Amino acid sequence: MNVAKLMEPLELDLLTPETDLTREVTGGCVCDLLSFVMARGEAGMAWITVQTHLNVIAVASLHEFSCVIVAEGCAVEPETLAKAAEEGIPVLRSALSEYILSGRLYALGVR
Amino acid sequence: MERTEKETTYQETRRVQKGDFAAAGQISASYKNMLKRLGVDSKVVRRLAIASYEAEINLAIHTLGGSMTIIVYPDHIFLVVEDTGPGIADIALAMQEGYSTAPEEVRMLGFGAGMGLPNMKRCSDTFEITSELGSGTTIRMGFNLLN
Ligand SMILES: Nc1ncnc2c1ncn2[C@@H]1O[C@H](COP(=O)(O)OP(=O)(O)OP(=O)(O)O)[C@@H](O)[C@H]1O
Ligand SMILES: [Mg+2]
Repeated sequence: MNVAKLMEPLELDLLTPETDLTREVTGGCVCDLLSFVMARGEAGMAWITVQTHLNVIAVASLHEFSCVIVAEGCAVEPETLAKAAEEGIPVLRSALSEYILSGRLYALGVR
Repeated sequence: MERTEKETTYQETRRVQKGDFAAAGQISASYKNMLKRLGVDSKVVRRLAIASYEAEINLAIHTLGGSMTIIVYPDHIFLVVEDTGPGIADIALAMQEGYSTAPEEVRMLGFGAGMGLPNMKRCSDTFEITSELGSGTTIRMGFNLLN
């Protein structure tokens, strides 16, 4: 499973056009507390969150997550997207809730 | 364990300003890149990056500012995090998972789970914290490179 294949089922818009969507998605993580994500994160995870500030990218990059999925259509600051592009972390956004997004990700076989 | 200068592969000190969230994470990212280049085991790089990220964020949120020093030896790495206050009154309490005094505005950003210090301890091979109210806190973390 790669990031590109999540776009349709999770109803995602890509906010970082220049990033690589062939990154393998090897797990998922749904959390809005950064230290929890720091503690539990593993490389390749798709991270579903409503946090959108710069530190989200710092955490995603340190863990080498496959992508960040912003739920609930939350606004994402341009600085966050610039940093994501620089770090090569795809940021995608959906109007769906974290609950629905994680359900769909799980149903796609991402465990 | 006294070490001579000669054995030091690399040493660097960088400052973290109070309230500088935008920059927080940069030092950890640079450690990660540098250690990868030096060929350090990726699991160790990962643990060190997590610990240093938590330290960096804590300096920005909880302190008046401070510094992070990384010292790389052939067989281990030290990370020393120092700040100039306000200090921690009860270290045992601060070390408990879930304990946090983070203000509301940083909780809104997803900080304040009270997991940072426990994360640092879990990720390092040796962890020492000393603090004096009014003067500051020092955290020393060690990471073994050979085992
Ligand atoms: N360098 C420091 N100086 C003063 N107080 C500190 C320092 N580091 C930690 N503390 C205190 O210890 C508490 C716990 O720190 P810890 O990093 O575990 O959690 P947090 O920063 O509050 O939340 P999180 O790290 O999960 O975002 C802090 O809320 C703060 O009260
Ligand atoms: Mg913390």
